[in-house]
Amino acid sequence: MATLHTVNKSPFQNPTLISCLGHAKAGDAVLMIEDGVYGAMNGTALSDAMATLGGDVSLYVLGDDLAARGIDAARLADGVTSVDYDGFVDLAANHDRTQNWL
Amino acid sequence: MSEQVKKFLYVNRKAPYGTIYAQESLEVVLIGAAFDQDVSMAFLDDGVFQLTKGQDTKGIGLKNFSATFRALGDYEVTKLYVEKESLDERGLTLDDLQNIEYEDEDDDYAEKPSIRLVSRAEMADVMAEQDVVLSF
Repeated sequence: MATLHTVNKSPFQNPTLISCLGHAKAGDAVLMIEDGVYGAMNGTALSDAMATLGGDVSLYVLGDDLAARGIDAARLADGVTSVDYDGFVDLAANHDRTQNWL
Repeated sequence: MSEQVKKFLYVNRKAPYGTIYAQESLEVVLIGAAFDQDVSMAFLDDGVFQLTKGQDTKGIGLKNFSATFRALGDYEVTKLYVEKESLDERGLTLDDLQNIEYEDEDDDYAEKPSIRLVSRAEMADVMAEQDVVLSF
């Protein structure tokens, strides 16, 4: 009974991603989209918190939103998987529910 | 009409594309540039993400407005203040940002960088010396 969580807010501007990770259960997936993709970067002031909080969930990022913002895939933190829109659909289909953290 | 030139600062604190703020700011700057005022732009917090190079918006169906920053010099908008602490917190350096230049008409049209890296304290000083501050 796993959940797909989506987050579309920058973690530097808004605590939504941190709250989402604090509520996600082991085995859930968290997909960062729109301005949420900045949460997937390595070497930031939030990287340690992301690694700790995101340890028992699967982390994904929408690659099209990364490219739009000029963030190279090489900047992704360890353990984050980049997906395209088809991958987004697969994630939604393969989980029991989707929870959007607006 | 008064000939007095006022100092205008446009403060950018939002990332591009997720909201309309960044693009609206650029629109207003370009409109305001027609009025011959002393215009500066400040980029802090998530606003520094507006200036990243290599933006490619084909996949999200939105206009890529990042090239517009390189045209600002033609409108005599030549002071883009970027806060170092905001870059650091986001794992960015100047190398991650676009190269934005203007031609200095007082120096034989030499090309000079528009981006000025400043500390948080220096950004506070820039803000404090303005006549008008517009926030986006």
